[in-house]
Amino acid sequence: MSRTFVGGLAAALAAALALTGCSSSAASTPSSAPATLTVVTHDSFNVSPDLLASFEKSSGLKVTYVAPGDAGTLVNQLVLTKDSPLGDVVYGIDNTFAGRALSEQVTTPYTSTALPAADADALKADGSDRLTPIDFGDVCVNADTAWFSAHHLAVPQTLEDLTKPEYKDLLVVPNPASSSPGMAFLTATVGASGDPGYLGYWTALKNNGVLIAKDWTETYSVQFSGSAGKGPRPLALSYSTSPASEVVNGAAPTQALLQTCFRQVEYAGVIAGAKNPEGAKKFIDFMLSQQVQADIPGQMYMYPALRSATLPADWVSFAPLSPSPYAVPAATITADRDRWIRDWTATVVG
Amino acid sequence: MTRRLAWTLAALVPLAFLGVFFAWPVVTLIVRGFFPDGAFSLDAFTAVFAAPRTWRVIATTLAQAAAGTLVAVAVGIPGAWLLYRTRFPGRLVVRALVTVPFVLPSVVVGVAFKSLVISTGPLGGLGLDGSFAIIVASLVFFNYALVVRTVGAMWSALDPRTAQAAATLGASPARVWWTVTLPALAPAIASAAALVFLFCASAYGVVMVLGGASYGTIETEIWFLTSQLLDLRGAAALSIVQLVVVAACLLVSNHLQARQARAQRFATDTTQDTPWRWRRDGAATLVTAVVVGLVLLLPMGALLERSLRTASGYGLDHYLALGAPGSGPISVPVWTAAANSLRTALLATLIAVVLGLLVSLVVSRRPRSAPAQRALGVLDAVFMLPLGVSAVTVGFGFLITLNRPPLDLRSSLILVPIAQAIVALPLVVRVLLPVLRAIDPRLRETAQVLGAGPWRVLASIDVALAARGLGLATGFAFATSLGEFGATSFLARPDQPTLPVMVFRLIGRPGLESQGMAMAAAVVLTLGCAIVMGIAETLRPKEARLW
Repeated sequence: MSRTFVGGLAAALAAALALTGCSSSAASTPSSAPATLTVVTHDSFNVSPDLLASFEKSSGLKVTYVAPGDAGTLVNQLVLTKDSPLGDVVYGIDNTFAGRALSEQVTTPYTSTALPAADADALKADGSDRLTPIDFGDVCVNADTAWFSAHHLAVPQTLEDLTKPEYKDLLVVPNPASSSPGMAFLTATVGASGDPGYLGYWTALKNNGVLIAKDWTETYSVQFSGSAGKGPRPLALSYSTSPASEVVNGAAPTQALLQTCFRQVEYAGVIAGAKNPEGAKKFIDFMLSQQVQADIPGQMYMYPALRSATLPADWVSFAPLSPSPYAVPAATITADRDRWIRDWTATVVG
Repeated sequence: MTRRLAWTLAALVPLAFLGVFFAWPVVTLIVRGFFPDGAFSLDAFTAVFAAPRTWRVIATTLAQAAAGTLVAVAVGIPGAWLLYRTRFPGRLVVRALVTVPFVLPSVVVGVAFKSLVISTGPLGGLGLDGSFAIIVASLVFFNYALVVRTVGAMWSALDPRTAQAAATLGASPARVWWTVTLPALAPAIASAAALVFLFCASAYGVVMVLGGASYGTIETEIWFLTSQLLDLRGAAALSIVQLVVVAACLLVSNHLQARQARAQRFATDTTQDTPWRWRRDGAATLVTAVVVGLVLLLPMGALLERSLRTASGYGLDHYLALGAPGSGPISVPVWTAAANSLRTALLATLIAVVLGLLVSLVVSRRPRSAPAQRALGVLDAVFMLPLGVSAVTVGFGFLITLNRPPLDLRSSLILVPIAQAIVALPLVVRVLLPVLRAIDPRLRETAQVLGAGPWRVLASIDVALAARGLGLATGFAFATSLGEFGATSFLARPDQPTLPVMVFRLIGRPGLESQGMAMAAAVVLTLGCAIVMGIAETLRPKEARLW
């Protein structure tokens, strides 16, 4: 009895450790049977499973996907693990964090032939080819048009409009300190009003009753009156593509204010020190293939970098791009983002 | 000699596990914060403590944790009485129901609570939005079950004849409570309170949604500094503060438990509970009804309502959509995610229960020498640390430690159950330890006198009695693993989502369909948890009798 008790515990532990052994060896022995590829992505990564399966088949690679967090978490984890890379290829670094990825050289240059130079030039972060654009989208204020017509109020158009007294207490935006679309909007205001002019703009927004939510989910799904949450605020920060998701019976009850946008670009790159750089390049080519590029709008609500890719039919009417989004160079964002967030917090949150 | 070796081994195996998968990553990350450019520096430390914001954040954390714990314990004790010492129809259902919040992903709970209290919500007129009261309510929502179940399990095991004898001798009900029942329950209460305090102090997602933009705790600051700014120096300074808070909490809890821990008379079976009576149980029933109704059921009802709301009224559309991936916003059907969750949870539970049983057995020893007693106290506390340390610290610590063969586990699936087991382990210990400590040493002596060898005593007394708590411990470990989304989120696998990961990804997408499906997936998770806890409850082994 006594021996069996301790023996049983030992056996259970051994079993647990054995399980550890076999599942980890599958990921860390590149020499055996199929070559492996580790893809590190942001937590919104979504590509149709059949496309992912066809990539494994055509490339002969056994692919592991890891998604440690949002774009910020992703870049910071890559910086932290430069001496022992997390994987082979990264997807999901956006242009508000691209500067840090570039200056820390967490990726190596690669020019994919899958993306025409003209498309790449329109979206690239710098001249180094360390980051390849995969998709992009406009972060804009969304308006609940039904609310505005019910209240006989014109829908605001510009960033300046949002500070007018008739729109008091109507806007909700996510906190730039804890949300990437929030950071994108803060950057838009820097692009519009300059540095330090943006602080004056935010003071005006604050005096006009802007509500700061924790993240996109609270902003859009809880506080926004135009979403399923039926919240109290008819103006909420989201994407220019969000109205397409709210379409009921062929009509969109919300619209994006295209003069309030920041263009967010998402990049992929071959991680410096990758065990399988060739596989990494194949994956970037795969992400830029016609099929994946056409899959991205439905899966991730972003526009494909490849302009020739097919867009969903309703995007033409309900998810237009901004003709003139606000832009700030990636290097400037890297140099100043921490200071912007600090000063923004002091000004708006107190 | 073999005996001492076996006990040492029983302590070393769990310690090694904790050392490799918790202490090493955390310490490495914190140490890196103190050596910013290769040289030791305290600059960040002084800067952090010079900032008034830091002190405000510390004060908020302590206030939040203290208030959450006090209220959860105060309302949890009547709940424990009602659900574990009185008999009424539907008791098992209520028991399962109160545990459910424990596994709900905080992102969904945040949405459910916030939707209730914002100006357009059903409770919008009460002005609760952004109030401290609503934050405390959300903490009680998550932690009520911990108090009810930990205290209830102890209560139902107590021999009611001690209290009856006191009453027969003329003691008033109040006097019986203060002099007999409360002292007997004190170790379980202290144990539960310590757990709740640590959970409340490190609560993250919900408090940020409910508290508003200016609300910050140590946990939220560490997350921001580490994951968004990679300011490891500032994060290290705050991590030290966090460790001090945890240590202080454990010190107080251990002190209370040690002072109160004494041998208890255990009931010979668990059918000692008496039928519900209005005069005796009315007050406890009212308190419990208010808590269960307002704090637990209301948010869960809001969640259920949103899972059923469709473009054209109400229906099961979102549940059906969860089963049909492809065209919709999910890559795998919900049962695949559920199977992923179950597989992970089973492994995590196995690890946590085996190691937790070892730790509890070791810690419940009563060595004669003072240093040995102190060592056991420290051992006990060490396994509680993971509850108080930030998940982001552990997650980023993994990256810079478990990065070389044979331990390059960063992209390995096994890390998920391991991370969950580390969080579940303290719960297992907290449930088993009060039961083991309360075993009358004379029982063991009697067994020895009757000729049982040391292992036989261990198996037929300690392990057999611990088995009483084992169902509950297993249930908690399982529930923790099902719902854990702190450490797990850093290890998430987009192509093999668990249920919480699926909920998290769905709720991050616009449109009625995705939002409804997120709520529906959360309801599925809720039901799964209720079933598991219900089964764990009925799996109390019959042979676990004293005589």
